[in-house]
Order: sequence, then C-alpha cells, then structure tokens
Amino acid sequence: MTPTSSRFRGTEKYLSSEGLQAAVNCALTLQRPLLVKGEPGTGKTLLAEAISESLGLRLIPWHVKSTTRAQDGLYVYDTVQRLYDSRFGDGDVKDIRRYIRLGPLGEAVSSRERVVLLIDEVDKADLEFPNDLLHELDRMRFRILETNEEVVATHRPVVIITSNNEKELPDAFLRRCVFHFIDFPDTDLMRRIVGVHHPGLDEELAEQALKVFYELRAFTRLRKRPTTSELIDWIAVLKANGLQSFKLEENLPFLGALLKKEQDLMAVSEAFGRGRRTRA
Amino acid sequence: MFLPFLYELRQRGVPVGTQEALALAGALRSGLHDSSLDGFYHVARALLVHSETHLDAFDQAFLAHFKGVESAGLELTRELMDWLRDARERRDLTPEEQELLNSLDEEALQKLFEERLREQRERHDRGERWIGTAGRSPFGNAGHGQQGMRVGGTGGRQGTAILQAGERKYQGYRDDVVLDTRQLEVALRKLRAFAREGAPDELDVDESINATAKNAGELEVVTRPPRRPNTRVVLLMDVGGSMDPYAALMSRLFSAASRATHFKELRTYYFHNCVYGKLYATPQLTGGTTVPDLIGQVGKHHKLVIVGDAYMAPYELSIRANAQGHYSPEGLEGLVWLMQLAQHFERSAWLNPEPPRIWPGSTIATIGRVFSMFPLTLEGLGEAVSHLTKGRTPRGISARR
Repeated sequence: MTPTSSRFRGTEKYLSSEGLQAAVNCALTLQRPLLVKGEPGTGKTLLAEAISESLGLRLIPWHVKSTTRAQDGLYVYDTVQRLYDSRFGDGDVKDIRRYIRLGPLGEAVSSRERVVLLIDEVDKADLEFPNDLLHELDRMRFRILETNEEVVATHRPVVIITSNNEKELPDAFLRRCVFHFIDFPDTDLMRRIVGVHHPGLDEELAEQALKVFYELRAFTRLRKRPTTSELIDWIAVLKANGLQSFKLEENLPFLGALLKKEQDLMAVSEAFGRGRRTRA
Repeated sequence: MFLPFLYELRQRGVPVGTQEALALAGALRSGLHDSSLDGFYHVARALLVHSETHLDAFDQAFLAHFKGVESAGLELTRELMDWLRDARERRDLTPEEQELLNSLDEEALQKLFEERLREQRERHDRGERWIGTAGRSPFGNAGHGQQGMRVGGTGGRQGTAILQAGERKYQGYRDDVVLDTRQLEVALRKLRAFAREGAPDELDVDESINATAKNAGELEVVTRPPRRPNTRVVLLMDVGGSMDPYAALMSRLFSAASRATHFKELRTYYFHNCVYGKLYATPQLTGGTTVPDLIGQVGKHHKLVIVGDAYMAPYELSIRANAQGHYSPEGLEGLVWLMQLAQHFERSAWLNPEPPRIWPGSTIATIGRVFSMFPLTLEGLGEAVSHLTKGRTPRGISARR
C-alpha cells in the first residue's frame, strides 16, 4: 500500500478537521488502530462509515455492550446448539466447525479483502476487555482452540475504536493506538455541517438556530448539553413544520429535540422565559 | 530531530516512550506531515498523546519547544534555506537579480523570518511586512518582494500550528484541574469501577456438560446468576461554612451519586466542619445517626468516602462532643471521632477540594494523617478509586478512648 494513494480527506457528508485527517492517515499508514474520543454526538461512529466510504472498503461494525467479551468478537463456539443436535440427532455433530461462529473481529481478520472494522464504544464493556484484545489487534491473528485452526489476516483491517470515556482504557492498549479527540465544532464548521445535512436551508433560520444552539451550550446549568446530532434533528423538525424565524427570548419551538432532560427544559424556560439571563 | 521534543513532553507528564518515538519516525518517513510544522503538529498529536487529559500539556510543550529559535532545526526553515541556496546557483537570473540575492545575508534573513513568524499572530495576505501570500514582504508566496524568500506552497499558514497550540483549548480537559461540570460526569462514571469487576456470566457450560453426563446424556442446562455489584459505600460530606465556595460542586456530586445505581448500598450523611459524633441526614443538619450507631450498623467492608476541605481552626479538632453532637466535657474530641471512623473501615478516602499546595501546615495535614487524602480532581479521584479498591489500609493512629 502506498501511503499517498489512499489518503483520507473526509467525504461529502462528513466534514473533518485537519487534525482528524492527519490522525486517520497516521492510522492508515502505520496500520494501527485509531482511537477516537469526544463528546457524544460529534460523529465518532460516523467517522468509520466515512472512512469505509472514501476508501471503498466494506465496514464491519462491532457494537460493544456491557456484556460483550473479547472472545465474542473472535468467535463463539455454540455448545448449546451442539448439545441439542447431539440429543436430537440433527446434522453432523462431529464437525465442530459447524458450531463455530465468527464474531466481527474474526470476520475482519479472515476477510479476503481489506475491511474497516469499527469497535464502537469500547468503554461500555468490562474493564479487562481492551486488554483481552491486545494481542489479536496487534498481530491480527488468532487461534480457534476447538479446531486448532489459526486465522491470519491477509490484509490488516483498518480498525476504528470509539470511546465515550466511561472507563479508563489501559495504558498498554492506548500505546498501540493512534489517538484523536474530536473537538466540539466551532460556529463556522457547524455552519458547514448544517449546510451539508440540510442543503438549501433558509439562511436566517440557520443563523438563528446556530445562535440559540450555542447560547444553550454556554448555559452552564444544563445537565446534558445539546450536541451536533441534536442540532441537526432540531433543524429538521423546524423545517418540517415550516418555521421561518423565532427568538431566544420567546418560547422556543420543539425544544425537546435539543434538551432531553426535564430539569434542563425547566431551567431553560426559567432563565430565558422571564428574560433573565443567568449565564455564568 | 524531534527527540528533545519527546523529552520536553515527558517532563510535562505526557507519557511517551520508545514506541511513540518509533511510530512518529515512521510517520515522518512516510511524509505524513507534508513537511510542514502544521502537519507535524497534527501527526505528533495523534501519535504521542493517548488521552485528552494530556492534550493541554502537549500544546504547551509544543509551544515551548517550537516557538523559540530551535525552530531552525525544523524542516520548514531547512526547506527555505535550501531554496535560497538553489537560487544563488541559478544562471538564468539577470545580473541585477544576482546582485540582489548576493546582497542578502542568509543568517540575517533567517533570523528576521523567525522573528516575524513569532510576531505574526494571524494569517496574512497582501501586505508589506508579514509572511503571507501576494505581498511585498521579503517572505511569502506569490509575492512581489524581490529581496527575500518564498515560503513554500503551504507556507503561508506555517504559523497556525503554533497559534493552535497557543489557544490552549484543551485546558479544560487537564486531569489535574479541579472538577467542573463535564468532568464530574466522567469522574462519577469512574466510581462505577468500584462495582463492575468481571463480566456477568450466562450459561455455565462446564456445569451443563457435567450435569448432562451425569444425566446419562439427557440434556441438562445449568445456568448461574450474573454477578451483581457488591460495593457498599458510606459517603460523608462536609457542609461547613468554609465549604460554601464548593457548594454547587458538592450538590452536583451528591445528586449524581445518589442517582447512581451501581452500588449495592449507598449511605449519605452530612456533617459540619468536623465530625462530632452525630451524622446528619440532610445538608440542613437534621435527622441522621451517630458515629457509634453507624459503626454498629455497617461492616468494615463498606468503603468510606469523606468529602470536605478539612480546613478549620486547630481548636475545632479538639472540641469535645458526645454522640448526639452536643458539646460535652465528657465527650470525645472531633479528631478522635474521625479516628474511630478511619479505624472501623478497611478502606477509606478523603476527597479535598482545596488545592494540595495549601495542605501542609494546616488542619488538613493533621486529618491527612488519619485518612488518605486526595485532591478532588479527576486525577485525585482516580487515585482515590484505586486506593479504595486495593487492599486494606492500615491507617489512622489508634483512637484514644
């Protein structure tokens, strides 16, 4: 692979900063996993889709849950099925291979072409989860113990890992990754992002929505601050209802799309509704 | 070339090692940085930093390292000087142009360039002095200044990496700053590390096989219950007058802690200034229990977390009070009540919102000898959590009765 030929520059739908592009290209060139952190709603998961789209590679998502174990990502040996089959005599029970199911990581490693593997929200899983993956991510090979077969990657997959910072990741794991922290977009970038998602949006409405959005984000009493994806949803609702303009001081329309907590809604209506601006 | 920078980073607490150095060297060899300081900034940040808490330190190190004259060692300047040398050897220049070039003092020009680069605070085009495009300054791109150097293709924006680093926009993510709203959420998630150890189990395969075999091949599925959080926490919180500046922080911490569902048991009590026998159920100091009662009710395996500034007049530590919290000459001193708590619980930690530099020489140091004390920062909370999850803590001077 030549480093220059497959450089990532973002896609039409996914605007990326210079720093993010540099991080992605580092990960591609050095063939290391890319660890992406950032506030929720800044497009961490979408990044993997954008990379797979711009490089023309298949995307294999692995959505990690609190019960996910590293082994699940490689393969699962379906003992229960085999037990049932042995009991009721369906199929060839002697062939263990029939009861081995590859997980997302296993699939990515055994794939004949280069793929993009997304390990989404790695911090959701158990504390030891990242450590259990170290070797497999490093070498891109693993052994299926039940059949004593070794699966080796012919093309190292591009690995994108996202984290919401719920748990600290182990140092040994971090050391192997290229790291990028997605900043919250500034007004200019946000304007472009809105433009990408809502082409031909009324300019006045966009400006007002952005103004309200950043005012709300600056409002420190909120428990959960609105994020990019919520802004885009909100504008979609505004558009769908044919609204043209509104003011922050008045009752904001469809605020539920931006604020998801009852206390936040109350705090905002209290502070802005009466014209009192209590911003710290 | 960038090795001193790595040591600069290490000095500032960013853990970089051989692996990072090799990765960076590999990236630079593949030309990922586009031979620009800007590109170098992004590439180095992606490879050397592993956590957003280190981004600010990285920015500062970058500033310190590349703002000075050391930048002469950078590709940027080397590229410029190469160009200048090339130009001198060119034959197709008019005699006047040759003369102009020769009149330039290479070093003086380089120095001037660096000075301007440092002074210049923003992107600049069409000017007489600053580095940029379409100008008459001796430095720049597509310009008219005959006497000077052209800054290569992307050169007009060389200042941006320094500027970006100068903005210090990751300051909020440093882990040694006292917790603000955002970090509190993260910190509380860290508390969850108490409770979740090991993934919940599903089907017990071994037992199933065993049972099936014993059952003469008749399938017998055995399951075992998933592990549940087994952490019990006692949270004591100072609502004394000196804690007022931290009231907002404390109330957030406590509402969040009480909403947390990952403790098997969470008891929250309040005290004023120092524990004097009585622990209150509300911040208004009503209801509640007493220290002897609490010690009787909860086992030593509960984890005790005290949040308070421990900052008071020295005599307040020795006020004698009875278990009802009333002044009584027969009661125990405040410090002794604290020692009783410290002795009862195997694992305890004291979180202090005051910065550690004011700890020595005050009552904080005294109480710090009874409880392991941690600053109420992201870093401190992390240390406290690992301290609490580790083995027993033989702490505290034996309580006097």
